[in-house]
Amino acid sequence: MSTTLHDLTAPEARDLLIQGEITSTELTHAALDRIQHVDGKINAFLTVTADLALRQAAAADRALLAGNGDSNATPELTGIPIGLKDLFCTDGVETTSGSKILKGFVPPYDATVVARLRAAGAVFVGKLNMDEFAMGSSTENSGYFPTRNPWDTSRVPGGSSGGSSASVASGECILSLGTDTGGSIRQPAALCGVAGLKPTYGRVSRYGVIAFASSLDQVGPFSIGVEGSAMILHAIAGQDPLDSTTAPVPVPHYRALLEGGINGLRIGVPKEYFVQGTEPDVEKCVNAAIETLGELGADIGDVSLPHTDYGLATYYIIAPAEVSSNLARYNGTRYGLAATHVPDTWAAMDETRRTGFGDEVKRRIMLGSYALSSGYYDAYYLKAQKVRTLIKQDFDRAFEHFDVLVAPTSPTTAFRVGEKANDPMAMYLSDVCTLPVNVAGLPGLSIPCGFDSKGLPIGLQLIGKAFDEETLLRVAYSFEQATDFHMTRPTL
Amino acid sequence: MALTPEDVDHVAALARLGITPAERQRFAEQLSGILEHFQALQALDTENIPPTAQVLELRNVMRPDVARPPMPRGQILVNAPRQEAGFFRVQAVLEE
Repeated sequence: MSTTLHDLTAPEARDLLIQGEITSTELTHAALDRIQHVDGKINAFLTVTADLALRQAAAADRALLAGNGDSNATPELTGIPIGLKDLFCTDGVETTSGSKILKGFVPPYDATVVARLRAAGAVFVGKLNMDEFAMGSSTENSGYFPTRNPWDTSRVPGGSSGGSSASVASGECILSLGTDTGGSIRQPAALCGVAGLKPTYGRVSRYGVIAFASSLDQVGPFSIGVEGSAMILHAIAGQDPLDSTTAPVPVPHYRALLEGGINGLRIGVPKEYFVQGTEPDVEKCVNAAIETLGELGADIGDVSLPHTDYGLATYYIIAPAEVSSNLARYNGTRYGLAATHVPDTWAAMDETRRTGFGDEVKRRIMLGSYALSSGYYDAYYLKAQKVRTLIKQDFDRAFEHFDVLVAPTSPTTAFRVGEKANDPMAMYLSDVCTLPVNVAGLPGLSIPCGFDSKGLPIGLQLIGKAFDEETLLRVAYSFEQATDFHMTRPTL
Repeated sequence: MALTPEDVDHVAALARLGITPAERQRFAEQLSGILEHFQALQALDTENIPPTAQVLELRNVMRPDVARPPMPRGQILVNAPRQEAGFFRVQAVLEE
């Protein structure tokens, strides 16, 4: 058992809340105190919602008291402090998507995931920093300020959900929610040494989630230990009438399915994911983790995903194409920044978007506009959609022989702030192991599997069949029972 | 495939980005580097491969044709940069 409240994992906190050993108000104060104490160094939060959190905590305490020790009387997340990436529309709370163009935007409604977390009794401690519109791999592209890695504050936390990973790693909240379009949950989870789960496309509603690339975006949790991710996924997953891309697939009780082990489970190792430039410590720890999974009874075998090399180009055509369309809405009419001082309509729109968007967002809008423009559509966009089919077929074939695939999450550990900030291609390569999973719409989970010689965490990526998050969680849980990487915390 | 500063101007105009002359040179270089990487795809034979726009096998998702209460107008307008008489106010797009 951890010694301080801000170090509790979600299942530990749940047990103590049910037993009446602690109150949600105490837990929430501990989180808010921790934010006050360490966030000056980490910069994970764009907005801290202390008043809202304490009101929700008081309500949770009343529900827990009425439940009188019965764990069936309250939803699993009752009274647990949770942070939200700042692209989830939150009724009455500023939501910026990390962009200047949405500064001051206060949504008049909740995203479905936010509404479901509210209904599950969660306590919202604040909105978390991110790369602008989730475009980036370091959280340096935030329109406000960069977030720092709690293991080494001269380094990035990964991105785009860097606020979500850093806040959980530093004990500022017990759980958080992020989004993953090309690795934006798994890569920051790896770089911050926490668990991060990207569910299957269609598993979790995107309604009210500020859109980046609509055929790739997916919402998922961060936690210390995968049990917390199982708890939160159960609360947010499932079909939503407000998002017609959510699938009518039943949601299992993930937490109840963690036990049982992995004896006989077939685990494939795709050699293409050990890309050139993979750091030796990463390769060593991932291989050691694979060995551990073998010792736990899994049948380990090699598998080839031959089109992996094309994942990056495919992604960086499809995602920007969707961006150029999705971000057309920021034109100063209905919400957000508006250059109302410029008299001409078109010039005002140019000025709004010139001053409101950062460089990476502009680059992607231009890439997408170019890939979709007359004369280039077939060569770029249509070609990428066809290669998308080939990448998906690679996975389909691999899953004929294997239940789960395992690989590094990121070829490197956390890099220094500024190191890749002016080299877009170098930044894109940071996601080379995660992008194909989004292109194919599959679930992926990153868990800590060791540390490099500098003491920085390394992530192990588990990739599953569509809608088989429960097997990913079970493999991760089995690994955690045999190791203690997930319980090693940064000193702040 | 190199993108010229003029190409950048064209794409920026299509996307209403209002980039500055100083930015266009930098974007031309960066975008050219990225486009060069995309050339790798041309090596693949995709003649008989159908495109994938989305990975789900869902088709024509319908909901019952039942009216639901809409969000009140005041709430929809709450973030409007400019509004008038219950509408979003915009500048004239057609000249006299």
